[in-house]
Amino acid sequence: MIWTIVTKELRTLFASPLAWVVLAFLQIILAWIFLTRVDYFLTIQAQLARVPNAPGLTEIVVVPMSGIASIVLLMSVPLLTMRLVAEERRNQTMAMLMSAPISMTQIVLGKFLATLAFLAIVGGLIALMGLSLLLGGKLDLGLIATNLLGLLLLTGSFAAIGLFVSCLTTHPVVAAIGTLAAFLVLWLANIAASDPDSPLHLLSLLKHFENFMNGSIAVTDLIYFALLTATFLILSIRRLDADRLRA
Amino acid sequence: MTNTASSELTVSAQALTRTYGAHRAVRDVSLELRRGEVLGLLGPNGAGKTTTMQMLTGNLAPTSGEVRICGIDLIDLPTQAKSRIGYLPEVPPLYRELKVDEYLRLAGRLHKLKKSALKPAVERAKNRCGLADMGKRLIGSLSKGYQQRVGIAQAIIHDPDVIILDEPTIGLDPNQIREVRALIRDLGRDHSVILSTHILPEVEAVCDRVQILHRGEVVFYDSIAGLKQFRGGQALQIGLRNPPPVAEIAGAAADAEVDAINANLFRVRPRGGIDPTDTLVRAAVERNWGLYLLQPALASLEEVFVHLTQREDDQKEGAAA
Repeated sequence: MIWTIVTKELRTLFASPLAWVVLAFLQIILAWIFLTRVDYFLTIQAQLARVPNAPGLTEIVVVPMSGIASIVLLMSVPLLTMRLVAEERRNQTMAMLMSAPISMTQIVLGKFLATLAFLAIVGGLIALMGLSLLLGGKLDLGLIATNLLGLLLLTGSFAAIGLFVSCLTTHPVVAAIGTLAAFLVLWLANIAASDPDSPLHLLSLLKHFENFMNGSIAVTDLIYFALLTATFLILSIRRLDADRLRA
Repeated sequence: MTNTASSELTVSAQALTRTYGAHRAVRDVSLELRRGEVLGLLGPNGAGKTTTMQMLTGNLAPTSGEVRICGIDLIDLPTQAKSRIGYLPEVPPLYRELKVDEYLRLAGRLHKLKKSALKPAVERAKNRCGLADMGKRLIGSLSKGYQQRVGIAQAIIHDPDVIILDEPTIGLDPNQIREVRALIRDLGRDHSVILSTHILPEVEAVCDRVQILHRGEVVFYDSIAGLKQFRGGQALQIGLRNPPPVAEIAGAAADAEVDAINANLFRVRPRGGIDPTDTLVRAAVERNWGLYLLQPALASLEEVFVHLTQREDDQKEGAAA
């Protein structure tokens, strides 16, 4: 049943121009960053050769690209998640899902996985651009893998938060703005804390994502993203069930 | 349609109430429906028809009361109960960017139809709703009437025990209305159908029983015959070119109650269940009244409402006194 929802979401997503515009927009930005970084690497290659333990192709091209990708996704995920529930409510199509013999958990997971599948396409494009460098150079594949894992976990949390905000309203635009605001608060939570031991650092998405970009996988970061995603998925299920269940 | 007492109970709702803050949208609505029956929910806009239907289909939780579909509690076992319901909301839940076939396949899959059963189910639903040639069309490009039919098709695709249609004929042209009514009567033969409308003749055309809602409460619950009786029984409207005094008409019509509507038109309400038609016609011919019109004088929906709500107010006053 979850699969039915996933295919339905992807089909309606790709039937609208939004998905294609977002994909094209992301690809243009990322390709541009990619090319400028490759260009930069070529100009400083001679100097790098003289430095012991110098950063390689992966550090100079792929890591900055996933850094930029995380910010571009932060801005584009709200556009994808805003429609998930808010638009169905607005078009009155939610009644079809609500009166079908499927649970709210299945609806929420289906919508979440469909968004994640779309975002995995973006991740795949990033991976392909990075791996294309293998044609003429050496890459640190482990570092690329942790970068992609970090991006996947990050976008998973984005999708879960966006889905929850979309459950709160019937206006897709309100959902998009609310989601973006929530992302920025989580992204920049550490800026508010000048004390390096402040617990706000634990909340910051950026801090946790940075570790993956540097190639380290810490259990705390994995738990952080898992908890964040699970919390907002459960909140979404509870929000949708609230209409159906007795208060 | 006949012998309903022996067939199984498909819908049973007890004392449904839904409040929004201080406002009571639906108060104490109970209904029962058996297989092979068509129930009409009749009421003006804002009477609570849609809210009642949303509660019956599990889209909205009742503040109190319970719903059982084929004996399954809708709140405790929602997925099992919902698989027996087909629901067409007031606004058809259509994904405009899908084709009719794609959309109906999605509806079938959402209702857990097996892959092998999906294709025949889509074909059957399309044929029943007159959509046989529309499979490849985008839903967004269909006219309102066809969109409404797609909405009905998605409600019947899984051959549910209970079909709930919220204002199924709204926005259709007269031909389409006739087709949809015929379809509902057809569906009502081996399913239970609940439909809502604010058109009185529609209820009389397709329903076996009727429940009239007014301000969230049931004010009338009876068979169609009972409704007709209530709308005026054997009351007649007659038109006379040379009308005699009212008392003379009353005398000719077995002492019926006669009101003059205007100089030539009269309403005749029989007393004591005696049909005055024959005596009236004979008198009109013999005494040369110039009879040019003789028809049943049925109360319109507005009059029924005025009547029902007045009766309720009278009862309240009686209780207060």
